[in-house]
Amino acid sequence: MSDPADPAAALADYLRLAGARSKGRRPWFFENRDAERVLGIAMALAQELSVTRDRLDTLERLLEQAGLLRRADIESYAPDAAAAAERGRRTQEYLAVLLRVVQQELEESEAGPEERSSEEVARELGGAEAESQ
Amino acid sequence: MSAKQNYEGPPPWRSIGRHEMLPEASHDDAARFDFLAQLNHHLGSKVLPGIQRVYEREVEPEQRRRTGAGFRNRHEVRRSLGRHPGYRSWSALRRATMEMRQQAGRMLVLRQWGALNQKAQRLNEAGLGESLLLDPAIETPRYLAAVDHHCMPGSYHAELAPGDVAAAANYDAGIFVTTGGLLGRYSDGGGRGVVDWVREHLPDFRPQRILDIGCGLGHNVLPLARAFPEAEIWAVDQAAPLLRYGHARARALGVRNVRFAQGNAESLASLGFEDGRFDWVQSTMVLHETSHRAMPRMMREIHRLLAPGGITLHIEQPQYHEKMDLCEQCLRDWDAFNNNEPYWTRFHEVDLDAVLVEAGFASGALLHGGVFAPAEDAEAAAAREDGAPRSEDFGRSPAWRLVGARKAAA
Ligand SMILES: C[S@@+](CC[C@H](N)C(=O)[O-])C[C@H]1O[C@@H](n2cnc3c(N)ncnc32)[C@H](O)[C@@H]1O
Repeated sequence: MSDPADPAAALADYLRLAGARSKGRRPWFFENRDAERVLGIAMALAQELSVTRDRLDTLERLLEQAGLLRRADIESYAPDAAAAAERGRRTQEYLAVLLRVVQQELEESEAGPEERSSEEVARELGGAEAESQ
Repeated sequence: MSAKQNYEGPPPWRSIGRHEMLPEASHDDAARFDFLAQLNHHLGSKVLPGIQRVYEREVEPEQRRRTGAGFRNRHEVRRSLGRHPGYRSWSALRRATMEMRQQAGRMLVLRQWGALNQKAQRLNEAGLGESLLLDPAIETPRYLAAVDHHCMPGSYHAELAPGDVAAAANYDAGIFVTTGGLLGRYSDGGGRGVVDWVREHLPDFRPQRILDIGCGLGHNVLPLARAFPEAEIWAVDQAAPLLRYGHARARALGVRNVRFAQGNAESLASLGFEDGRFDWVQSTMVLHETSHRAMPRMMREIHRLLAPGGITLHIEQPQYHEKMDLCEQCLRDWDAFNNNEPYWTRFHEVDLDAVLVEAGFASGALLHGGVFAPAEDAEAAAAREDGAPRSEDFGRSPAWRLVGARKAAA
């Protein structure tokens, strides 16, 4: 960080600095801190979704102003069979990605009783002494 | 009815007043601020009333049932209400909103950090040592150093490098998120309201020297400077980044009769201010960020600095009083515990009249009143008269109590 008034002076770590914590121990409100952490991530995603919707809205309005589309056409748009299939497929992929964690948790309950965790296998492969050291 | 007539909520960030120092915002930076202002509006107008209902229907009756009596003070309310899942959700969301607002503001400021500092340097050049007086010997008082106020990383004073204005640029660009535009395009509703109050209640007052303590980046001192263009005005703060930015911003807005100086308002001897120098000493939303020891000291210093017949005015959110509902007190206290405003809670129970009298003002010379951010134009005024009662986001509404005093004439 050389000259603070050099417009090119890159704050290489500006992303870390932007998201830095404020001094003063943080109160956590949920009994389960993990849940509050996930809420924090969800709200950030909600923000970015809102930003994206605003951007789409800007785009549509600018295109309409330029005479390139009519927003009413968007509202009444009905996909034909081919488009509907493409779109349906994409939504299915999206849901599969979104809910992978649920899928995998359920798959695990189907695993046989002989399946071990890596930690257990590490113990098995390293011998009993490795564990007691 | 058009969509516009139906709309009640914050204006777009893009409508805020522009000036040369204001950081450049991209489409998405502005959209983040807009989302966060809406989120605050939602929490204040849709969620908060639900918390009050929970208190009235569940928490308060439960307390009566259990103890045979109601709550005795706001701290008891906080301990009980604080266990309710609704209160917790509201708090977690409110805290997250504050943190997101800081990140959004810092992201946009730090991206153009060098350019902003350079702009400030250029605008400040001519005034350095004249109308911009920085004093590296001023230390950040403990009450501002112990925690970062309203979750601003680095608070008002931290500098990433000498000459830094980032803290102030972030404050200026992002204050809109918590005020939802209610303070006006230049976030100066407090200052404009004070000017209106003075014109109405002290019509013959012709101050020649005005001191604004804890001026921040000068949002609320510029209206005083415009209202009294002949006056010599000093704006004092302890944090250099605010003063650098504030001075540059004032220049950019064409206001030239304000001197920005670094000092600690508990003792301004370092600036060479002699006894009786000022006709008016103002503080706007400052006292609640000090301490129980510092605040009376500031009042004594103000008394010293005032000329005979001079006035001092302080504007703050209302003090707690016996008739104020305990749930409201508890909700107003939220920022003290959850948004790094540590003196907020105790401050709001202080008898400010007694502090002023203790500082040397006569009890018959105290001043009291209400100050409102005046609407800026006919459109804003019409929107306000539109009926629908405004939701009140406790602690953040554009209406304040004014407390002050006139120093005895010699
Ligand atoms: C919430 S800000 C208000 C800023 C400004 N008055 C406004 O209305 O925009 C409070 C300010 O008070 C300043 N402050 C608090 N205690 C102070 C002290 N002892 N001396 C100088 N400034 C102080 C802080 O640095 C901060 O800028």
